[in-house]
Amino acid sequence: MMMLEVDGLSVRYGRLTALRGISLKVDEGQIVCIIGPNGAGKSTTLAAIAGGVGIQSGTVRWRNQVISGLVPEAISRLGLALVPEGRRVFSTLSVEENLLVGTYQRRDRAASSKDLQRALELFPGLRQRIRQPAGRLSGGEQQMLVICRALLTNARLLMMDEPSLGLAPMIIDQVYEMLLDLRRRNGLTLLINEQSSERILEFADHVYVLRNGEIQLSDSAANLQDGKAIESAYFGFDARASNLDLAVGATHGRVHPELR
Amino acid sequence: MVAFIQNCVDALSLGSLYALAALGIGLLFGMLRLINFAHGDFITIGAFGLIVPSRNDMAIMAVGSLPVVLLVPAACAIVVAAALLSDRLVFRPLRTASAPTLMVASFSVGYIIQNTILVTYGARPKTIDLWSSLGEQLHFGAVRVPRLEVVTIAVTLVLLATLTAFLKRTRYGVQIRAAAEDFLMARYLGVRANLAIGVAFALSGLLAAIVSLLFVSETGTLTNVMGVPLMLYAFIATVVGGMGSLVGAVVGGYTVGFLGVMLQAYLPDGLRSFRDAFVFATVVFVLLLRPAGIIPTKALVQRV
Repeated sequence: MMMLEVDGLSVRYGRLTALRGISLKVDEGQIVCIIGPNGAGKSTTLAAIAGGVGIQSGTVRWRNQVISGLVPEAISRLGLALVPEGRRVFSTLSVEENLLVGTYQRRDRAASSKDLQRALELFPGLRQRIRQPAGRLSGGEQQMLVICRALLTNARLLMMDEPSLGLAPMIIDQVYEMLLDLRRRNGLTLLINEQSSERILEFADHVYVLRNGEIQLSDSAANLQDGKAIESAYFGFDARASNLDLAVGATHGRVHPELR
Repeated sequence: MVAFIQNCVDALSLGSLYALAALGIGLLFGMLRLINFAHGDFITIGAFGLIVPSRNDMAIMAVGSLPVVLLVPAACAIVVAAALLSDRLVFRPLRTASAPTLMVASFSVGYIIQNTILVTYGARPKTIDLWSSLGEQLHFGAVRVPRLEVVTIAVTLVLLATLTAFLKRTRYGVQIRAAAEDFLMARYLGVRANLAIGVAFALSGLLAAIVSLLFVSETGTLTNVMGVPLMLYAFIATVVGGMGSLVGAVVGGYTVGFLGVMLQAYLPDGLRSFRDAFVFATVVFVLLLRPAGIIPTKALVQRV
């Protein structure tokens, strides 16, 4: 069942065109990944869906209702939550207050405080530091906090912008484990941005490759397991013919084995 | 020693006014990146709201003749209404505008208020008598303190405590603090932008109203630009304290208050008329040592 449908979405920042009419869709319960290099428009895509940046043309539909043009707080109320890049905890607010901000929009106060308790049981690390300013948490704890915070809005679709950015590999594993666990338990739908296809191919249902503001490739993850199609869509030419793959490996440290 | 204690009380009282005014500016800056130069004129509105609108030189009290329990809420209501109206008519249509645009818009709001008052109330300063019994001196041993200063300090402490409780304990307070730190992120989490901003404008108006009552009670004089110097000092207080930090605004307010009173008291006679130059020189010195103010905020760093 179709949950989110983006059709011909274009975004411009002044003279710079960030997205050139991209289309994508997310079915309920799926894990959909957008991968692409820096500056491809991945963050802009998620921000535009969440109402955080104005769009030039195109529509976004949520369960067949047009939501493009709504303000972010209205979109959040429909059950779409965005965890933007760089985590963005409210650093001077306590851990508890950070979590509470996500719950205020809800009418079901009893259920929301129960959800909050349950979230704290899942993350004893957060519970221990519940009164501390969120700015004092480690990067991994902050990532857990912002995911919890987004889920407490009663989200049905969680959009994650580069959840692995700036985290140690072990922590990234934990974050992904948690996301998969959430999908199993709550039937959460996920739309995830990442720079590399590592990890993602293991669990994604569908993959989009985005470059220069355009979708280069759209296929089910099952068809992309060998990585060759992703590779050429990602770089726009056969990377084996150049040293670009080495360069990318050097900057990001970690590339999918298939991309090396 | 007695003189010094008296100076300290004077400084605390003046600093309290600056702190309240600075908080009114700080609340809006944190969320909107708006340096509201009309804040002083909100204070002016609070004062003129007390009298009957007329160009006569004699001021006739209207709201100002009510008993205190009605007068204070009425004055607050007038200023809060003015603050909310300025948001609705001017700042809301400019929500996506840059910080300099907002600042220029706030100057315009200020000039409109000043000139509307000029046209409605006339250009002559008006004298009114608000709570003149507060001018009596209280004796603490050899120290004599005007009752108004004690009231000013006490009212400020109560307001600061109440505001802190509001910001920490209520859902609106938490949302305002979240929005002040990262407005878009707060909206992604469902915080209603216009509600949070409206509450901030209302609080700012409330603080302006209290400042204007305390200030008028002290000076007894109304002019259409009476709030401007207060705004100037309060603005300096927010910069010294650290733009974007509410604690900083209060600390800055008291710092500027103390500087003003102490320099006035202890500068040699010939230099006393240059007091403000010394105040500002000290401010520059503080900013050289701590460019982001006494209490810097991370929220000020612009996000890409």
